[in-house]
Amino acid sequence: MSMQTGLATSTTQLRTYAPATDVSVAAPAPRLEIARAEPVAARRNPRTEPGPIRLIIIALAIAFLSIFVVLPLLVVFASAFSKGIVAYFAALAEPEALAAIKLTLLIAAISVTLNLVFGVVAAWAISKFEFTGKTFLITLIDLPFSVSPVISGLVFVLLFGAQGYFGTWLQAHNVHILFAVPGIALATIFVTFPFVARALIPLMQEQGTQEEEAAISLGASGLQTFFRVTLPNIKWGLLYGVLLCNARAMGEFGAVSVVSGHIRGETNTMPLLVEILYNEYQFVASFAIASLLAMLALITLVAKTVLERRLDEAEVPDGD
Amino acid sequence: MAIEVTNIVKKFGSFAALDNVDLKVADGELLALLGPSGSGKTTLLRIIAGLDWPDSGEVAIDGENALSRGASERQVGFVFQHYALFRHMTVFENVAFGLRVQPRAIRKDEATIRARVKNLLDLVQLDWLANRYPSQLSGGQRQRIALARALAIEPRILLLDEPFGALDAKVRKELRQWLRSLHSEIHVTSIFVTHDQEEALEVANRVVVMDKGRIEQIGSPGEVYDNPATAFVHGFIGESIVLPVDVAGDAVRLDGRPLNIPALGAASGAAKLFVRRHDMAVGPAGTGALEGAIRHVRSFGPIQRAEVALAGSEGKTVIEIDAPRDRELQAGEIVSLQPRRYRIFAAQE
Amino acid sequence: MGLTLTWLSVIILIPLAALFLKTFELSLDQFWAIVTSRRTLNALKISFGLSFAAACVNLVMGTIIVWALVRYRFPGRRLFDAIVDIPFALPTAVAGVALTQLFAQKGWLGAPLAELGIKVAFTPIGIFIAMVFIGIPFVVRTVQPVLIDLDPEIEEAAASLGANRWHTVFRVILPSLIPALLTGFALAFARAIGEYGSVIFIAGNLPNISEIAPLLIVIRLSEFRYADATAIAVVMLVASFLIIFLINRLQRWAQARIPVH
Repeated sequence: MSMQTGLATSTTQLRTYAPATDVSVAAPAPRLEIARAEPVAARRNPRTEPGPIRLIIIALAIAFLSIFVVLPLLVVFASAFSKGIVAYFAALAEPEALAAIKLTLLIAAISVTLNLVFGVVAAWAISKFEFTGKTFLITLIDLPFSVSPVISGLVFVLLFGAQGYFGTWLQAHNVHILFAVPGIALATIFVTFPFVARALIPLMQEQGTQEEEAAISLGASGLQTFFRVTLPNIKWGLLYGVLLCNARAMGEFGAVSVVSGHIRGETNTMPLLVEILYNEYQFVASFAIASLLAMLALITLVAKTVLERRLDEAEVPDGD
Repeated sequence: MAIEVTNIVKKFGSFAALDNVDLKVADGELLALLGPSGSGKTTLLRIIAGLDWPDSGEVAIDGENALSRGASERQVGFVFQHYALFRHMTVFENVAFGLRVQPRAIRKDEATIRARVKNLLDLVQLDWLANRYPSQLSGGQRQRIALARALAIEPRILLLDEPFGALDAKVRKELRQWLRSLHSEIHVTSIFVTHDQEEALEVANRVVVMDKGRIEQIGSPGEVYDNPATAFVHGFIGESIVLPVDVAGDAVRLDGRPLNIPALGAASGAAKLFVRRHDMAVGPAGTGALEGAIRHVRSFGPIQRAEVALAGSEGKTVIEIDAPRDRELQAGEIVSLQPRRYRIFAAQE
Repeated sequence: MGLTLTWLSVIILIPLAALFLKTFELSLDQFWAIVTSRRTLNALKISFGLSFAAACVNLVMGTIIVWALVRYRFPGRRLFDAIVDIPFALPTAVAGVALTQLFAQKGWLGAPLAELGIKVAFTPIGIFIAMVFIGIPFVVRTVQPVLIDLDPEIEEAAASLGANRWHTVFRVILPSLIPALLTGFALAFARAIGEYGSVIFIAGNLPNISEIAPLLIVIRLSEFRYADATAIAVVMLVASFLIIFLINRLQRWAQARIPVH
């Protein structure tokens, strides 16, 4: 089970279909027969539906996506700018907002870096070696995807909270994890762990070990092999994983909410500040921050589309 | 049922897949559409089935216009190249599908459907696979199930697209004979598409040779092999020796030297001489139309295949001939060659 | 490699182990009392029930969207294809405040709905809407590649056997999509059960009426009732895993009959 499957698969563009099902847009060379045969037009292609049904399905799809996906996105920007552009930037310039942005960037930097390193190592171990417990390891990597973010936060409270397993020891040594930056970073690392590994495993499995074996037989050391052979082969997949990991790290709400303690100016990340400002009816300020996050999401989507195309191209020559 | 295809034109963009094709198929025939890939044979088959529509032209099945009906109303059995078995259904359900989707008014009752499917599975000798899923079958078994499924709707005509294309050589041979005998048993008008000349010649009663969207020749297997109507057919069916010649009146010249064979009515100008390998008689030097040095001989079975470098071509023109093994040929030997049967086609194209 | 395992256990295994250890501190009676308390039961019912309903809607609408995106050409098709991913990419808190604003009584959609007498924000309908929003990409992105790769010949075969389009779609195409549909459904369902950020703003959060289980966990934590929070979390986890396991089983069963290639 992984959400990653969902994120990763929009790639293959309809190559298989394009010639055969070109039903609606392309009106090839105007011919008299078309006009004559209009009543049987629906029968022409045995692989499509009658015109009215086509229209209904397209209309339903567009209406659903517009209402449930496009409108919420528009609302973010409309509300952010509802009191004008000056109010928008004033809201973003608030010290509280700046502190939240800074903290979010810091947390993202920490968790992306660590997950980058360990994601690559985990993917490497899983795809290039055979060992017992491999299936277990794969399941483990997927786990954070299938756990509620609130539960992800909860486990850290259980570990490091005042009543937690390490709570007393931490208090005695005056170490702050919960309701402080380390706790937020840990929770974020936990929920974003699968992205890098998940993006790399299929790629590395597909590429096999031949190239590495060749490099080693040519006298390359393990590190040389990794940096000169493995890494160049996986760079787009790696970037893809980092991209999604970063988006989630910056946007994570549930897990962070549980461990942060909502200390203003100190442990509020951007998503948390969105919540606080919204609950205080500071709608412009709340949506101003939200608009930054929405922009991050849109940029991520565009970058993801570009990367998917790259990955697709990279796969084609050695596919099949 | 008879099929009549008239003036069919089908273009994909600017590419003419079918260029004014006419074809009449008589009731009960087993016809092969033979041609290289891109010759339009599959497109023609799909148009007859109603899976594609022509840009212009007519298709009549048993005298009635077929183009006004969709694929699902034509009662045409179609066997797909990759079988297209429904993989979520058992073999039994696959074969029964066409009967189960009939309009309620004419749908048979369950017992009849079962009996009919059982008969068809018996017919293709796979009744013991009824409860398997397509993924559990071999290629040859899938092929036969696809055929049984197409026959279930009591098709007026049966169309097969490269029916043996995806099978290995041995299974292919077996299935060919099997299809032939099945056809003589059920006698439904059948058309199959193939790019394999051996398959076409061995299975069909009539062969339609196609190239570049046009029909080059229609005839019995013997006719298309022995009397090819065009240069393409001669080159495509059977192995041929092709020599560039000039025709002037009734004289034929190769590289400027007369060959002493009649032009058989070919028009004057540049032309090509087609001779089957085994139609080139080998004789002692100085007795035939052509002369050459044997370079290499391989003998197998009843024939010996010799590579001959023709004299006067400075060794550039090398042809392969098949000679009977009544006299062993030797490398280095100078021999004369005399075409027993040949065709001359004008060289344009 | 040893490093990997160590890292993995530190970051994933230890926290989860803590969750179960904490549960074992409770006696069975205590655990049972927490889990069967009215508020907990209602929260679980709301979470699972609405998630199921939302996943069902996603299944139907997702299929329709996939069909439109894969089979038809219409202006903006590529744009709408990209838009499907927005619920994945948009931070949940942003989605939450946006949906609330949209469906609030004075919102773009809330106002016209209010005139019809339908109140969405701060009711269970709001929770349902947020869950539909969050789940739609799961169905679309799991089914889409399968529909794209579906062999066109099987549809032609059905047509040549006399099946009309209705029969072809419902007896040939949709059954081939079943494993993908089940997976998409399971993913959307699982995600909706655990969802927090996009739901809590629009939910209203009235105990027993519009309070989801993840929120109840947060509330118990803020009351320092760790045991309560943990017990609810364990029930949610176990239930989610059971569902996923069940649907995996179903899927494997379906796939065994319909191998992908």
